[in-house]
Amino acid sequence: MDSEIVFLEPRPAVLARRREIVADLASFLPEDALITDERGLKPFETDAFVSYRRMPLAVALPETTEQVAEVLRYCSANGIPVVPRGAGTSLCGGAIPQEDAVVIGLSKMVRVLDVDLVNRTATVQAGVTNLCISEAVSGEGFFYAPDPSSQLACTIGGNIGMNSGGAHCLKYGVTTNNLLGVKMVLFDGTIIDVGGKALDPAGYDLLGIICGSEGQLGIVTEATVRLIAKAEGARPVLFGFSSSEAAGACVADVIGAGIIPVAMEFMDRQAIEICEAFAQAGYPLDVEALLIVEVEGSATEMSAILAAIVDIARRHDVKVVRECQSARQAALIWKGRKSAFGATGRVADYICMDGTVPLSELSNVLRRTGEIVASYGLRVANVFHAGDGNMHPLILFNANDPVEAAKAEAAGNDILKLCVDVGGCLTGEHGVGIEKRDLMRHQYGESDLEQMMAVRAAFDPDWILNPSKVFPLDGRGVA
Amino acid sequence: MKTFAPRTEEEASAVIAAHAARREPLVICGNGTRSGYGNPVAAEARLQSSELAGIVAYTPHEMVMTARAGTPVALVEEVLAAKNQMLAFEPADHRALMGTIGEPTIGGVFAANVSGPRRIVAGAARDSLLGARFVNGKGQIVRAGGRVMKNVTGLDVTKLVAGSHGTLGLLTEVTFRVLPRPVTETTVLICGLEGPAATSAMAEAMALSVEVSGAAHLPLGRAGGGCNGEANPVATTALRLEGTASSVEERAVKLLRAMSAFGPAERLDPDRSVTLWRTVRDISPFCDGSTRALWRVSVAPNSGHRLVAALRETVNVDAFYDWQGGLIWLRTEGDPHADVLRGHLKAFGGHATLLRASAEARRAVPSFEPSSDGVSMLSRKIKESFDPAGILNPGKMG
Ligand SMILES: Cc1cc2nc3c(=O)[nH]c(=O)nc-3n(C[C@H](O)[C@H](O)[C@H](O)COP(=O)(O)OP(=O)(O)OC[C@H]3O[C@@H](n4cnc5c(N)ncnc54)[C@H](O)[C@@H]3O)c2cc1C
Repeated sequence: MDSEIVFLEPRPAVLARRREIVADLASFLPEDALITDERGLKPFETDAFVSYRRMPLAVALPETTEQVAEVLRYCSANGIPVVPRGAGTSLCGGAIPQEDAVVIGLSKMVRVLDVDLVNRTATVQAGVTNLCISEAVSGEGFFYAPDPSSQLACTIGGNIGMNSGGAHCLKYGVTTNNLLGVKMVLFDGTIIDVGGKALDPAGYDLLGIICGSEGQLGIVTEATVRLIAKAEGARPVLFGFSSSEAAGACVADVIGAGIIPVAMEFMDRQAIEICEAFAQAGYPLDVEALLIVEVEGSATEMSAILAAIVDIARRHDVKVVRECQSARQAALIWKGRKSAFGATGRVADYICMDGTVPLSELSNVLRRTGEIVASYGLRVANVFHAGDGNMHPLILFNANDPVEAAKAEAAGNDILKLCVDVGGCLTGEHGVGIEKRDLMRHQYGESDLEQMMAVRAAFDPDWILNPSKVFPLDGRGVA
Repeated sequence: MKTFAPRTEEEASAVIAAHAARREPLVICGNGTRSGYGNPVAAEARLQSSELAGIVAYTPHEMVMTARAGTPVALVEEVLAAKNQMLAFEPADHRALMGTIGEPTIGGVFAANVSGPRRIVAGAARDSLLGARFVNGKGQIVRAGGRVMKNVTGLDVTKLVAGSHGTLGLLTEVTFRVLPRPVTETTVLICGLEGPAATSAMAEAMALSVEVSGAAHLPLGRAGGGCNGEANPVATTALRLEGTASSVEERAVKLLRAMSAFGPAERLDPDRSVTLWRTVRDISPFCDGSTRALWRVSVAPNSGHRLVAALRETVNVDAFYDWQGGLIWLRTEGDPHADVLRGHLKAFGGHATLLRASAEARRAVPSFEPSSDGVSMLSRKIKESFDPAGILNPGKMG
């Protein structure tokens, strides 16, 4: 499709020196740690925001923190942009390269370095996948809490880059709440260690600012995360409603009653049909909206919480309450939810929005989202983390039709602005990337953005790291 | 000292802009009740947020409150309690420890990232902070974050401002997540454990599926004492459970069973449990009205007692432990013995903050742990990005 979103102009001086740069990189990287041929570069030209793509100048796949430092030292000294990359599952174009950039991929740094069950921490290299951490400690009764639906593929480095969340974050928090330490390489190759196994690092909250910085402050090579003891039991229950409004209001009332389930996931009719066709999870098909509510604890505790939630749901005229009958069905229910994006992709092309809204606005925003998308003549499926107001309207369109693609993008922008206007934000967990970059001024004032960019410049004065992302290209106050 | 207590953000901005233009430093505070944190600041004027007060918005069914920075913590807690909610992170009242007076403000809680026993399950103050407004060192009014629970839009400046002790800006308004107040609580006490056994017991308790929301160890003797300074007759390891009555009951039985392997275990009724955790939260055993050196030491949970044992080879110290052993409240005899303590921390990992000492010792010892070259260079640049003239609490964090 026609690119509406602009990348920074490639630096001509860098493009002109491509050969030399490649030779220099080859001089200090192991042979199989450098990709420069067109076929090899192709898989790196985009991420999960597939409407946009750019071939990078080269891809480096370092095996050690020192190699990452060497590449960064070289690139910053030579004014070459660097784009950090984990698994490339970013939904906002956060990992899409640019023509004058060296991609630093963490895919070779996949070792679990330390599991410390007494202190309940795991230290892993940045390329380790999210799920791999939980799998490494599951046998001992622990897990790593943030669980993005992409957890099979996405890396802890990417999770830190995006401050990723997931279905179970309502109770346990997102990446920033579960990160204890990082090893990170700064733009000039300086290696720093922040935090460790203690609960709170000294000094300024560098972990807090690094988390969610979308590869703009440095490259994380190792992370220490918190592990949590698994609950005695967990059970997802399906609640079907005759309208999205009723389901949305029920969510707000559950929270208002002082009940915090581990997860409260929402699907509208369109999403239910798509996910049921894919997973055969037993979702009810004759309702307009579905909540997957997961409670945990002992059998009696779960029953008590569930009874309270059922009471509230009845007040919202719940049509179906379906408790799952077996561990297998519980797994299917989550499989259906976690495959929602993939399953949607089988039906149509889609772009996924990610605004968060105050819970009291859920029903209103759902209704207006439907109206906005319909006004562009498109369809929408809603499947999202309702307990924290983090919405995911999937706007369905045909990517081969440039007019439709442009409409989808425009509808998405309208929805995100709506989220901000009702007191929410542009992105709850997927990040700004290129996708929402030009909407930043809708959420932030000039002094807010200026302060953020000043912090960015404190880490990366020459804007070497992932420079096309997050901040509107104009008004950066740099060359 | 000249004191500015603006009533509006604009007034605060004007005060800071004027001082920045003249490069005249300002002491930044709420009501100064946590002044034990940080190095002494050399300044002729003070800017405080105490008059920027009042709750701006509170939506219990969204679990979110917005309050101006000078709002008394007591008022926030009272308004939350009326809706059966609370601050998740259980902030300490530092007045008795630091010998300060006045009303602690909610801005001060976040500026110092004050987090109590429940931090081990519910996160620190910074984890609850969703958004903030502040005036930076240029006099600009800046808004960071927002009022929704999930927000990754741009850099998370909110986190930087939390725990920055007024060195990056004057907080004017904070928006934070709150939690439902548990219906009841109990504490399981295991008696007579030494450091290593207590550490194992706490680790084992945290590994059980019973959701312990407080894990502290009060050793035999002075450090275990209550507010009146009387000695603790027996070492106690305390594990708190919170929730509905039936859930607490069920979990307590499970926890008691598991803990009885370590020693005689008993249960506290809710009132005594509340009192105990208030004691731990407010560091009451060391609220002795003195200026004896007091450290807050943060390490990996299983390093706590080992660090203290190592220190005792050369220095006389009293200590008790929160956060499963990872937060040590440490009182030294006479000198703070900063070099010995920080020397050992190089081996154990973690950091120490001096919260109280004689005036002389405070001038000699940096309150916060000095950081590595790379990190201190970054910290300096971050400070400059908020406060290029270096007028906000200069030197306070080192
Ligand atoms: C089907 C599907 C479902 C998804 N579900 C969720 C979900 O439930 N919740 C959620 O939050 N997200 C979700 N995502 C989005 C995505 O998976 C997350 O953003 C994820 O954290 C990205 O990880 P990654 O390893 O793929 O990183 P990439 O996509 O490779 O990179 C993400 C960003 O982080 C930076 N980065 C990567 N590695 C590093 C590093 N080591 N150091 C510094 N910066 C780095 C990159 O430059 C980029 O800006 C989903 C995506 C897909 C495709």
